[in-house]
Amino acid sequence: MIESRFADIGWMDALSGRDTPLRRIDPRAKLLATLGFILAVLSFPKYEVAGLLPFFLYPVVLMSIGDVPVAFVLRRLAVVAPFAVFVGMFNPLLDRQVVAGVGPWVMTGGWLSFASILLRFALTVGATLVVVAGTGIHDVCRGLGALGVPAAFTAQVLFLYRYLFVLVDDGMRMARARALRSFGGRGMGMRVYGHMLGSLLLRTMGRAERIHLAMRCRGFDGQVRTLTRLRFGFADALFLLGWSTAFVLLRCFDLPRRVGGWILGAGT
Amino acid sequence: MHMADALISPAVGGGMWVASAGLIGYCARKVRACLDDRRVPLMGVLGAFVFAAQMINFSIPGTGSSGHLGGGLLLAILLGPSAAFLTIASVLTVQALFFADGGLLALGCNIFNLGFFPCFVAYPLVYRPLVGRDPNPGRIAVAATVAAVIGLQMGAFCVVMETLLSGVSELPFGKFLLLMQPIHLAIGVVEGLVTAAVVGFVWKARPEVLDLDRAMAPDAGGLRPVLIGLLVAAVVVGGGLSWFASTHPDGLEWAMFRTAGAGELEAPADGAHGALAQVQETTALMPDYGFKAAAAEEGDAEQQPVWPAVDTGTSVAGLVGGGLTLAAAFLIGWLLKRRRQAKA
Amino acid sequence: MSHHTVEARDLYHTYPDGTAALRGITFCITHGESVAIVGENGAGKSTLLMHLNGYLAPTGGAVRVGGLPLNRDTLPAVRRAVGMVFQDPDDQLFMPTVFEDVAFGPLNLGLPPGEVEGRVARALETVGMEGLGNRPPYKLSGGEKRAAAIATVLAMEPDILVMDEPSASLDPRSRRRLIELLRSFSHTKIIATHDLDMALDLCERTLVLHEGLVAADGPTRDILRDESILGPCSLEKPLRLQGCPICAPPRATA
Ligand SMILES: Nc1ncnc2c1ncn2[C@@H]1O[C@H](COP(=O)(O)OP(=O)(O)OP(=O)(O)O)[C@@H](O)[C@H]1O
Ligand SMILES: [Mg+2]
Repeated sequence: MIESRFADIGWMDALSGRDTPLRRIDPRAKLLATLGFILAVLSFPKYEVAGLLPFFLYPVVLMSIGDVPVAFVLRRLAVVAPFAVFVGMFNPLLDRQVVAGVGPWVMTGGWLSFASILLRFALTVGATLVVVAGTGIHDVCRGLGALGVPAAFTAQVLFLYRYLFVLVDDGMRMARARALRSFGGRGMGMRVYGHMLGSLLLRTMGRAERIHLAMRCRGFDGQVRTLTRLRFGFADALFLLGWSTAFVLLRCFDLPRRVGGWILGAGT
Repeated sequence: MHMADALISPAVGGGMWVASAGLIGYCARKVRACLDDRRVPLMGVLGAFVFAAQMINFSIPGTGSSGHLGGGLLLAILLGPSAAFLTIASVLTVQALFFADGGLLALGCNIFNLGFFPCFVAYPLVYRPLVGRDPNPGRIAVAATVAAVIGLQMGAFCVVMETLLSGVSELPFGKFLLLMQPIHLAIGVVEGLVTAAVVGFVWKARPEVLDLDRAMAPDAGGLRPVLIGLLVAAVVVGGGLSWFASTHPDGLEWAMFRTAGAGELEAPADGAHGALAQVQETTALMPDYGFKAAAAEEGDAEQQPVWPAVDTGTSVAGLVGGGLTLAAAFLIGWLLKRRRQAKA
Repeated sequence: MSHHTVEARDLYHTYPDGTAALRGITFCITHGESVAIVGENGAGKSTLLMHLNGYLAPTGGAVRVGGLPLNRDTLPAVRRAVGMVFQDPDDQLFMPTVFEDVAFGPLNLGLPPGEVEGRVARALETVGMEGLGNRPPYKLSGGEKRAAAIATVLAMEPDILVMDEPSASLDPRSRRRLIELLRSFSHTKIIATHDLDMALDLCERTLVLHEGLVAADGPTRDILRDESILGPCSLEKPLRLQGCPICAPPRATA
């Protein structure tokens, strides 16, 4: 199960390596627009359902200009969904006020807010995954740096990401080696675990020393320097402004009810 | 105990972002000021180590379930508070971005809940004093367990506070607290034992590694971050608690808070609410949706329904329109994709 | 250009845990020489190499690089002159992309961006990785990683190349390519290796370490033929010098 998480990270990494229109947009524009999106979605009242639906436009459009497979996003959503379901589940149990009823079926406030939680969840997680898959960790960090996040932190994230694969491989090999030699649960206990983790830790620290040596050899003085600079162009500004406006409008004007009211009105 | 975007309000998320961003800035300055540049790669690989360590688990005796390392306290012991805080923040960032554990807005909450308490409370105020000047395996085990439990209890309490302040989940304060604290007591004990086992192993094999942290004593010993942090925590926790104590959960503010989650916390509730209602009134076709209940309650705080009193007409309109806009969104996406594929 | 020399005089190193890894090593490597350092596991090869750019400080004796004694003041100059390639390229490629990794050193030298880009391009071209600059290191094959690691060092334009087991875990073709690449360099080369065939190909001189001491120092061809040196140091004659057992079966001497 955990291993599949890392398979997915590799997947996303591969996705973010391709040259797509989404990829070419300045990471700052993407990050800020996404943050605005999340704020807009979460600022809806807790029983809002219909008003959230138009917001699917954002992840869906990004998915298509970023060539991010729908199946990938859905699968990730399914993996993390249980948590939202777990916490949201209590709403129908605790809030039994009847909001509306059609024949024998009644809708309680709890179910409404539960549905709202699930929608918020799908929207925020979906948008984040799509943007990250269409940007890549490297550009995300450059964007964060350009937005004023301290270099010590962005460098740290990149370092972590760089060695994630190497060390996870190490950990996985160790886990496998133990599993092959433990029988009937013996060998899976705390003692062996402590030793394994301890030696993995020592190996990791040895690696840190060697990396430090390599950095020192090339003139490292405590500061990680990079060459690449970002350029915030017209298209990026347009992206950011366009989406921000859209979010504000969608938040303030109740599009679904207007459309629905108009259609129902025309029908009668 | 990652919080998810879907369960928090913008005000809570934003507030915790500010707190965590401030801490990150502070720690980044601390780490840069420290002359030991060995820590740069060490922090990086130890962050990755936390992921790797989670590939290995162990069976918890007598329960049939298995556990693994969380890592916050271990990082604090190995790196000292500031560097550990940055490392934990980076781990959570990668989890939020790539695994969708938590979310972008909830990241501030998660960094605070899972980073601040182990680094600036449990490690300096609990672990260090308990371990003392000359550690031995027994002391390490006791100190790590107590510290991990305290750190996680505080973190779990913050989760409860943040969730309730956000008002998205329906769980009442008491019940949620009774759910979270015992679970995290168990998790804390396991985390403490695991941390103790690993630290004990390292202490036996290469004691000089653990001195790394002593070499960085100016950082670890600096009381200012701890004080500042405690102040922040106290304000967050205390403010939330007194708010809960003074407010009947069904009262006006509670309802307002839940309905007008976008409003500023500091602004007088009536002002924020009034302005929002005004906007709604002037812009919405069916002006009484959404704020009707709150507006009614302004006159009568005892009135029960907190949810909007929806009439069937509005909700049908909403559903029809919502379905259509949803379809339109997917259609636009599909068309864009078609066009791109046609061009390629 | 007589400053591309490396000298060790009576070098001792004891690790903090008490392991005496080097126990009095003396040698002098002159400009343009290509020297192999061989010896059993734990002989002290890596420890020795780490003294050559001042990462480890000797507990006794001294190192001179390009005529300069290695100390605090000369350390930056020495590190510029000595380029070190590590055994595990993963330790050396720590930046998010190959390009940035190769640029890391030149940027730390404080070179202007244009000059840095020029150096990166030249270094990548030398090792045949022009097109792979934007790749993250974890998406490279073992051979490409090694080439990238060498490029990171070349971009510093060192006078002396120091390598720890450069051919380990390479497939035969990558290994052959590496050997050709190294042969094309005019730098002074110091290569610690277990690959005696490569030593034979690349290095005219070989230094045999055994338990922290120099067991032999001389022309590679002579040393690698001498069973009396190789045997005690857990080494074997390179296959090439063994004579082919299939086409020329060893004559029974008894
Ligand atoms: N960090 C360390 N602390 C203590 N002892 C060490 C350390 N690194 C190496 N040693 C010891 O020093 C001796 C020399 O090790 P070194 O790594 O130099 O050997 P090597 O010749 O490079 O071996 P190999 O061929 O296996 O790479 C060994 O006995 C080793 O155990
Ligand atoms: Mg070695």
